[in-house]
Amino acid sequence: MSSTHPAHLHLAVALDGTGWHPASWREPVARPRDLFTAGHWTDLVQEAERGLIDFVTIEDGLGPQSSHFLDPDDRTDQVRGRLDAVLIASRVAPLTRHIGLVPTVIATHTEPFHISKAIATLDYVSTGRAGLRVQISARPHEAAHFGRRTIARIEAYDSPDAPAVLRDLFDEAADHVEVVRRLWDSWEDDAEIRDAATGRFIDRDKLHYIDFEGPHFSVKGPSITPRPPQGQPLVTALAHDTVPYRLVARAADIGYITPHDTDRARAILAEIRAEQETAGRAGETLHVFGDLVVFLDDDPAEAAARKDRLDALAGEPYTSDARIFTGTPAQLADLLQEFQSAGLTGFRLRPAVAGHDLPAITRGLVPELQRRGAFRRAYEADTLRGLLGLPRPANRYAAA
Amino acid sequence: MSKPLKQIHLAAHFPGVNNTTVWSDPKAGSHIEFSSFVHFAKTAERAKFDFLFLAEGLRLREQGGKIYDLDVVGRPDTFTVLTALAAVTERLGLTGTINSTFNEPYEVARQFASLDHLSDGRSAWNVVTSWDAFTGENFRRGGFLPQDERYSRAKEFLSTAHELFDSWRGDEVVADQATGTFLSDAKAGAFVHEGQHFDIHGRFNVPRSPQGRPVIFQAGDSEEGREFAASSADAIFSRYATLDTGQAFYTDVKSRLAKYGRRPDQLLILPAASFVLGDTDAEAEETAHEVRRRQVSGATALKHLEWVWNRDLSSYDPDGPLPDIDPLPGEHTVSRGRAQVRMYRDPLATAREWRELAAANNWSIRDLVIETGNRQNFIGSPATVARTINEYVQADASDGFILVPHITPGGLDDFADKVVPLLQEQGVFRTDYEGTTLRDHLGLAHPDTVGEERAAS
Repeated sequence: MSSTHPAHLHLAVALDGTGWHPASWREPVARPRDLFTAGHWTDLVQEAERGLIDFVTIEDGLGPQSSHFLDPDDRTDQVRGRLDAVLIASRVAPLTRHIGLVPTVIATHTEPFHISKAIATLDYVSTGRAGLRVQISARPHEAAHFGRRTIARIEAYDSPDAPAVLRDLFDEAADHVEVVRRLWDSWEDDAEIRDAATGRFIDRDKLHYIDFEGPHFSVKGPSITPRPPQGQPLVTALAHDTVPYRLVARAADIGYITPHDTDRARAILAEIRAEQETAGRAGETLHVFGDLVVFLDDDPAEAAARKDRLDALAGEPYTSDARIFTGTPAQLADLLQEFQSAGLTGFRLRPAVAGHDLPAITRGLVPELQRRGAFRRAYEADTLRGLLGLPRPANRYAAA
Repeated sequence: MSKPLKQIHLAAHFPGVNNTTVWSDPKAGSHIEFSSFVHFAKTAERAKFDFLFLAEGLRLREQGGKIYDLDVVGRPDTFTVLTALAAVTERLGLTGTINSTFNEPYEVARQFASLDHLSDGRSAWNVVTSWDAFTGENFRRGGFLPQDERYSRAKEFLSTAHELFDSWRGDEVVADQATGTFLSDAKAGAFVHEGQHFDIHGRFNVPRSPQGRPVIFQAGDSEEGREFAASSADAIFSRYATLDTGQAFYTDVKSRLAKYGRRPDQLLILPAASFVLGDTDAEAEETAHEVRRRQVSGATALKHLEWVWNRDLSSYDPDGPLPDIDPLPGEHTVSRGRAQVRMYRDPLATAREWRELAAANNWSIRDLVIETGNRQNFIGSPATVARTINEYVQADASDGFILVPHITPGGLDDFADKVVPLLQEQGVFRTDYEGTTLRDHLGLAHPDTVGEERAAS
C-alpha cells in the first residue's frame, strides 16, 4: 500500500486562476481569456502530472476574488470570477491517470451531505484520486449570497473580536468534515450483494445511519453514494493559527502551513503533533506540508526581476501568508530539503505565474530533486492515498 | 398532408433506482463505476442523441422502517458525474435533476454555470421540488417547507438563479493584457433579490456561460407543475408516453403557453419511455414479458402492494390471492421517499378494482402487479419501434422521448445500432449534430435572443 520512500518529499501544486500573483494574467504565457474553459485547467493538471506531482489543489470561493481582507472590491485590473473547483477537478479527472485532485470546498455555507457525495463521486470518476481542501468563509458579504445567517465582521485575523467568530466557523468546519467522513463510511465496501435468490440488491445491514447532531446541522444518512474507491478520500486544510492547527490535527490527512523559516516550522509542527496526540491520532500518518509561493528561473536575478515586473504591473509589492521564493530550481530544492529536515513531509507550491512557474517546477525542480534522490521517478501507486503512504482505512461502521 | 415532418428528439435516461432496472441480468454492470456512465454516454453520443438524463433522490428509500433493498441502490453526485462526462463526450447534452428545496440558488447557479462552461454549452437542469421532512433530515434546513409552498419556492429559486446567470451579460471579461483591463465592468455579477423565500445580494462569481443559462426542464405533473413548465421551462420530462395520454398532455400544456407570450415550439414535451427490441415483433413481445417478470419478483410484488394497502403484507404469499383486508386509510406511512405512492389517491377503490381483476383472471399477487404495472412503451422489431416512435411524434403525442433502458450500461446499444439508423433513413432524426450546444440540438434560442424574438413577433 505505502510506496513512499523515506527520503522522498511530496509535492503538491496549488492552482488558482492564472497564478498566485495578481498580475500573473498579464504575462504572455497566461492566456487569460481561456481561464473559464476546460482547456485551461486540463493543460495545467496534465503538466503537473508530467512532473509526477502528488496532487493539485484548486482554489475556490463563494464570491469574487478581492484584494481586501474580508471585503469585496471593485477592481477591474485583476482576475475576477471562477468556476466551481469540484467540477473543474471532475472535468480533468478522466483526462489524467495518476495525479491527485484536491478541490477547495467551503464548509461555511455548503451542505455536508452534498459535499460528501460530490467528493465520493470525484473519487469514482478519478478511480481513487480525490481529496478535498476544507476552508471557512468569514466574509460577511459571502454570507449575504446565501441569506441564511449573518457573520460578524472582523477587522483582521488577530483583532480582539476575531477568536470567537473564527472558533465558531472552524468548529462548524470540523463538524462538516466529520459528517463528510461518516457519510463516506455509511456504506460498507461489500454492501452491494446482488443476491438473486432473495432478490436483494444490497445487504441493508451494511448501510448505516450516521445520526450526526450539531449546532449548525443534523444529518441522518446514509449517503446516496456508495463508499468511494479510497474509502476515505483525502482531507486537507490550510492552517495559520492554533484553532485551525487543531482542525488539522483532529480531522485532516494533510495540513498546509506557512512557516517562513525552519524554526517556525518546528514550532508549528510541535503544536500540531501535540494536538494530534490529544486527539488520539498519534499513530496515524498526518502529513504537514509547507506552502510556498514560487518564482522560478534558471537565473535567480531573472526570477527576482520577474517578480518586480509583476509587482509594478500590479501597482504594489506582492505579499502572501506563505513565504515568497524567487530563485533557481536548485536553490528551491535546497530550501525544501532544509524544511524537510525540520520535519515537513512535503510542500504545496503556489506558482506565481501558472504558465511559467508550473513548468519550471515539473521540468526544473522535479529533475533536480530526482537527482538528489528526494523525489519519485515514476508514479508507484494507483490512488492518492497510496502516493502519500496512507493505508486504505477500515470502515468505522464495519463489525471488526 | 401539408404539415412538414417533425424532427424527433431523443435522450438517454441512465437506468434508475427502481424496479424497472433489471440488476439481476447477467449483462447488468455497475451502477456506480464511472466506466458504466462513460459507456452509456458514448452510446448516446454515437447515436446523435440530444442529451443524457440523470434523476436524483437525496435520501435512500425506506419501506416498513427499513432501507429498501430490492432495487438498485446508490448513485453518484449529479453535477460531478455530468462534468466528468463532459470530458469524454463532445456534443451530447448533459441534463441533471437538481432539487430546489435542499439547495441554495447561489451555489446551484455556480454549479450549472460551471458545468455549462466546462461542457462548452451542454448543460440542462431538471428542476424538481420536494418538501418531505424525511429527505430534510439530511440537510441543514431539515423539513422546513409546507407542501403547498414547494412550487412557490421552486419558482422563486429558478427566477433567482436566472437573475444570477443574467448578472453577467457576457462581454465583461476582456482580459486585455496590454492595458491591464480584465473586466470592462466593475459591477459585473452584481445582484439583489428580495423575495418570500430568498433575500440575497452581492456578486455572482461565474462569468456568463456559453448557453447563457442551462436549458430548463420541469417534471411535475400537477396543475401547478404544468403552469410552472408553461411559464418557465424549455422542456418537460413527462410520464405520458402512450398515444392518447401523450396527445392529451401535449395539447393541454402547449395550450398554456400563449398566455405567457410563448410559442408552442418553445416548450418541448419529452416523455420517459421504455422499450424492448427483438428480431421480430413476436420475439420482442416474448422478451418484454420476460423482462416484466424479472422486474417484479415475488418480494417486489408484495412491496408494491403495500404502497396501496399502507400495511405490512410480508406474511402474504406473492403467488397466492390478494389480501382480504382493506388498505389502511389515512396518511401513507409504509413507504418513504417514493413519489409513486401518491398516485394511488383512493386506495380502497384501487384495492377493490385489483381484487376484481385478479379474481376474473385468476391472478396471483405477483401476476396482478406485473399485469397492472407499466408495459414497456415500445415493443417490437427495430422497424416497428422506429415506425411507432415516429408516428407518435408526428401525431403530437410528444416531441420525442427520453428512453429508459432496463439494463446498465449496455441497454441502449441495440437502439443506437438498429433503431436510430431507421429514423435517420426516414429523415426524422439527425445524422449528425448540426450545432454545438444543447440549445442547438433542441432548436431553442439562446436566452439573449428570446427577448428580441418576442419583441419582433
